[in-house]
Amino acid sequence: MTPPILTVRDLVVTFGTREGVLTAVNGVSFDLYLGEVLGLVGESGSGKSVTGLAILGLIDPPGQIARGSITLDGAELIGKPEEELRALRGKRLAMIFQDPMTTLNPVLRIDTQMIEAIQAHERVSGKAARERARQALARVGIPSPEERLDAYPHQFSGGMRQRVAIAIALLHRPAVLVADEPTTALDVTIQAQILAEVQSLAAETGTAMLWITHDLSVIAGFADRIAVMYAGRIVETGSVVDVLETPIHPYTAGLIGSVPSRNKRGVPLAQIPGMTPSLAKLPPGCPFSPRCPRATVTCRTTMPAETPFAGARMARCHHPLTGEPLAA
Amino acid sequence: MLVYLIRRLGQSLLVIAVMATLVFVAMFAVGDPVDILASPDADQRERDAIAKRLGLDRPLWEQFGLFVWRALHGDLGRSFVYNVPAVDVILQRLPATLELALTGLVFSIAIGIPLGVLAGLKPYSRLGRGIMSGSILGFSLPNFWIGLMLILLFAVELRLLPAGGRGPVVSVLGIPTAAFSLEGLKHLILPALTLALYKSALVIRIAQAGTREVMLQDYIRFARAKGLSRQRIIFVHVLKNIMIPVVTVLGLELGSMIAFAVVTETVFAYPGMGKLLIDSINRLDRPVIVAYLMMTVVIFVIINLIVDLLYAAIDPRVRLAEAKG
Ligand SMILES: Nc1ncnc2c1ncn2[C@@H]1O[C@H](COP(=O)(O)OP(=O)(O)OP(=O)(O)O)[C@@H](O)[C@H]1O
Ligand code: SF4
Ligand SMILES: [Mg+2]
Repeated sequence: MTPPILTVRDLVVTFGTREGVLTAVNGVSFDLYLGEVLGLVGESGSGKSVTGLAILGLIDPPGQIARGSITLDGAELIGKPEEELRALRGKRLAMIFQDPMTTLNPVLRIDTQMIEAIQAHERVSGKAARERARQALARVGIPSPEERLDAYPHQFSGGMRQRVAIAIALLHRPAVLVADEPTTALDVTIQAQILAEVQSLAAETGTAMLWITHDLSVIAGFADRIAVMYAGRIVETGSVVDVLETPIHPYTAGLIGSVPSRNKRGVPLAQIPGMTPSLAKLPPGCPFSPRCPRATVTCRTTMPAETPFAGARMARCHHPLTGEPLAA
Repeated sequence: MLVYLIRRLGQSLLVIAVMATLVFVAMFAVGDPVDILASPDADQRERDAIAKRLGLDRPLWEQFGLFVWRALHGDLGRSFVYNVPAVDVILQRLPATLELALTGLVFSIAIGIPLGVLAGLKPYSRLGRGIMSGSILGFSLPNFWIGLMLILLFAVELRLLPAGGRGPVVSVLGIPTAAFSLEGLKHLILPALTLALYKSALVIRIAQAGTREVMLQDYIRFARAKGLSRQRIIFVHVLKNIMIPVVTVLGLELGSMIAFAVVTETVFAYPGMGKLLIDSINRLDRPVIVAYLMMTVVIFVIINLIVDLLYAAIDPRVRLAEAKG
């Protein structure tokens, strides 16, 4: 098997706040392979965005990467000089964000915002860059791209703005695209269109994607593998089919149970009881134990370790729902 | 845009009309000009003659009509002191004041924006805090005191710059100005700086707040994710956004700078409109006072109009709102 394009190992990101140091990402590890879509799911506040930002080196004070390793093409990113990171951002590593209404600068024309993204990495004339920008807009399905280049963001709908952002992110055929809930703010039909377009574009450019969402139904038809995050840790990973059909971790099962679907119509949705825990006061053992129906005394006192399961799966749980942990 | 322009023009004319009424009422409510013009021992016949000459014997509405009619023709009376039309007296001093106010404006931008952006980028650093504390000083120190201190330091102690007056005036493109010679600039620096200090503090605060806010926006994060350099982000993405509030406020403040010039010009014995106003008040030269008030109103209104149009030019969202409205 080819080596992963992106590896994240034992990543720890902390924020110094008034209540003390919060560990937003706590020992996260995963691999991303060329052309693959990895879905990163979890409730609000579980550390998904922080993980994505850390990959691009965009964690700002009071946050910092306290520990860990992130490699792209085998080269370590953590500790790289800012100028080298800048040269990678937008070129090999791209990111799109949740709210399309705010990701484009309201006072700059679309062409300005696209041309600068090209010229940040390549020495090309403004004219040539503009032509490439036009083609990029056409590729993401924006009608009459030539005129649209002269427009300002407020002249676009939310869906169109997200298309522009995607076009910008894919300008340099990046190796990795971090997509931080880019369709959450859009209505369902537009969401489906954009998902389909991104999928085919990424396939074309060979871009691997880390697709962040709290919506399992988005991931189901789209991702190859899933990583489930809870309170700063990845609690389960595996192929989409495995994880969704036979979840190992009770939290994953809870997430699946709370998704509305056709074959469950009429059955009341199971909500995960309790609230997302505050990072400032996590329980000593498994962070999910206060909400977990299977929790035992062990769970409350001992943190479950990352445990491999058959089928290239991993979970952190003392009492897995299915399967036997592989001997380490 | 055209509809908007017409509507804004209408508003401006209304403001001028209201102000004209107020000035007229104020002018005739405060004392009888005959008392000033007639000699103390004049009898009633002489006083009546003066009143008749000034049109004061007619009904109030007629006097008002006449005032408006003449004002529309640019006639705001003759200066008692100079015995020339009051408007001419003011117009003669206008370039000096505008020169001062504009130089002050340039200074406040040149001082305020870099310091404000710097403080906004690093709000918690010692530098950022220092700049913000300094701006509070700029707010609270009185204008005339700053002027006197600057004179003491640069004119009396260091002998670098003149303490007052205006440099030699030459005509550039038909405008009499002193700003294009070294001597003229030397005379401008201290009064313009005095005038600019308060505004710089204002610009620093707006630019700092704006920069802090803009830096947190998603589009800055996205700009960084595109791999843009820090310079490009600050000089294009941040600056263009904070220019919107800065231009608005500064534009509106240009009017008040002309008004503030009264104090500064007096401190520096600078021959502008402000000093003329003080002199005219001392000499009870009422037509000049009226003309000053009317002309400042007109200048205010024109500046506000220009600011609004400029605002529309910078912020594309305003253009759209107007096209709809
Ligand atoms: N700038 C910050 N300052 C302090 N704490 C922060 C900051 N950014 C993130 N955090 C902390 O990191 C935790 C994880 O945040 P993150 O944005 O990664 O969550 P998320 O999983 O993306 O949630 P959502 O679905 O709401 O986007 C938050 O609970 C918050 O406490
Ligand atoms: S370790 Fe225990 S508490 Fe945590 S998820 Fe597994 S069963 Fe629940
Ligand atoms: Mg998030």
